[in-house]
Amino acid sequence: MNKERFLIPVLVVASLLSIIAACLLGSTPLGPNRVLAALFGFADAGDTLVIWQIRLPRALAAFVVGAALGTSGAALQGLLRNPLAEPGVLGVSASAALGATFALYYGLATLASWVLPLAAIIGALAATTLIAFVAIRTRSVVTLILVGVGLSSFAGAAMSLLMNLAPNPFSLSDMINWMLGSVANRSFDDLAMAFPFLLLGLGILFYFRRGLSALTLGEEAASGIGVDLKRLRIAVVMGTGLTAGAAVAIAGAIGFVGIVAPHLVRPFVSHDPARSLLPSALLAGIILVLADIAVRILPTTTELKLGVVAALIGAPAFAWIAAQRRAGHD
Amino acid sequence: MTELVVDQLGVSIDEVTLVKNVSFTLKPGAFVTVLGPNGAGKTKMLRAALGLENPTSGLARLGSVDTKILDPISRALKLSYLPQTRPLAWPNIVRDIVALGRYSHGATLNRLSGLDLDAVETAISDCDIAHLAHRKADTLSGGELARVHCARAFAAQAPLFVADEPVAALDPRHQFRVMDLIAAYVKRGGGALVVLHDIGLAARYADRMIWMAKGEVVADGPPHETLTEKRLADLYGVKSKIDGLRIEIDGVL
Repeated sequence: MNKERFLIPVLVVASLLSIIAACLLGSTPLGPNRVLAALFGFADAGDTLVIWQIRLPRALAAFVVGAALGTSGAALQGLLRNPLAEPGVLGVSASAALGATFALYYGLATLASWVLPLAAIIGALAATTLIAFVAIRTRSVVTLILVGVGLSSFAGAAMSLLMNLAPNPFSLSDMINWMLGSVANRSFDDLAMAFPFLLLGLGILFYFRRGLSALTLGEEAASGIGVDLKRLRIAVVMGTGLTAGAAVAIAGAIGFVGIVAPHLVRPFVSHDPARSLLPSALLAGIILVLADIAVRILPTTTELKLGVVAALIGAPAFAWIAAQRRAGHD
Repeated sequence: MTELVVDQLGVSIDEVTLVKNVSFTLKPGAFVTVLGPNGAGKTKMLRAALGLENPTSGLARLGSVDTKILDPISRALKLSYLPQTRPLAWPNIVRDIVALGRYSHGATLNRLSGLDLDAVETAISDCDIAHLAHRKADTLSGGELARVHCARAFAAQAPLFVADEPVAALDPRHQFRVMDLIAAYVKRGGGALVVLHDIGLAARYADRMIWMAKGEVVADGPPHETLTEKRLADLYGVKSKIDGLRIEIDGVL
């Protein structure tokens, strides 16, 4: 297909443009020449600081988080054979945020820089494992989504409990930030901390992508053509747990990106789950970068949280995709 | 030569015996049908024989390896398995579905080359679906989809083929078309084991019929020896008249 050949190059260019745009725009707009000068180190100290310490890490954080959520959404959808599966919808993000909050609340996060991402990833892995178990036991998509909703609510309730018990307003506002999701004030150090986990997760998902294509036939036929179902399930659960957990460790819980991007991409890749991973990652990255630009330039008194904006756009899209599904599919 | 050898195979779940002492051999060049009423244990037996489910007794070998410990890729290279059809999860392109048959050979769907490409093209033309190759699966009729699944199974170019009710819910013309495809595969040297509910269709195509009831094989042999009025009465509880391979079923006994 011709349109498929152009998909990835177009998305790569759009990704770069969106990140550059994120450097240009902001409370004090910088012209392209000043941004370029700053990027290559020829600008004055102020510009260099704004670009390298504030705008670029923030834009990259938004892109990386989007890419992580897009990939894990596409992979989960392939594994569960359901376009509504997504780390946010299935409670994976909320559980990861709970893990991170827990680490913050009990001061574990101060022990070492890798404790916080690890806590988020453990939360994500626990949720993904539970979801995978439910997916094996029940063939009903509706049940699965309901379990996800339950898990989400439970993680939310546990977060509320921790907030309820918060010793002071500072830790309270810290926790609220985790729940709402944001990439404001992220540094390259924050990215570097989550990066190894993210790379490992993405590596696993991309390595096992052919199995996701095979699952379109159903589990029985997929194992008939040579898929090791048990290994595939464990790999995708680990992969999405690591990826979504790392995303949450960077930005907190941001929902629905992982559902919207794969949905838009799928018609361009002949609905093949394996081929949808990379374009979903790029598109979800672009979406979050653009959403974050919107958050920054909207003239609101307090800056909106990225996760709030993502949900405001994403939740209606989720409902629309759910309503489009034909009854015969579950 | 790859053979599927099933030896004294049994499956019990929670003290209930579902498959008992099943033995047979599937060789290349043979067209074998498995018949029996609902609940006779046909699907269970197939799954246990292929190692998709652990047998509680006996064993099945594919080539020289116990299927219980055979890894899925090696199994798929020797035997392609067509389970009862489930709806596809995504509206994939027909050509991609056929290409999935090359999974065990390591093929990537949108970048087929060499042997994989040849195998997919051959399977597509053998199953007469070239005109459908770029259609989305959710636009196909049941009969077309059944041929697509056959093409996928044949694209693997495995020496053996096992199918569970491949013609269920098809009209007579499409039933014959699918059976013709399997017969052509057998003629090319493949060995086919096919579960069927249509006794007449099975008798017309099979070299050998395996009859199952209550988890056991009650007869195994060529149609003219094993297809009898008494057998249909015993197994299915129906009155019938049999003249050679022509069967007339009159009603319930």
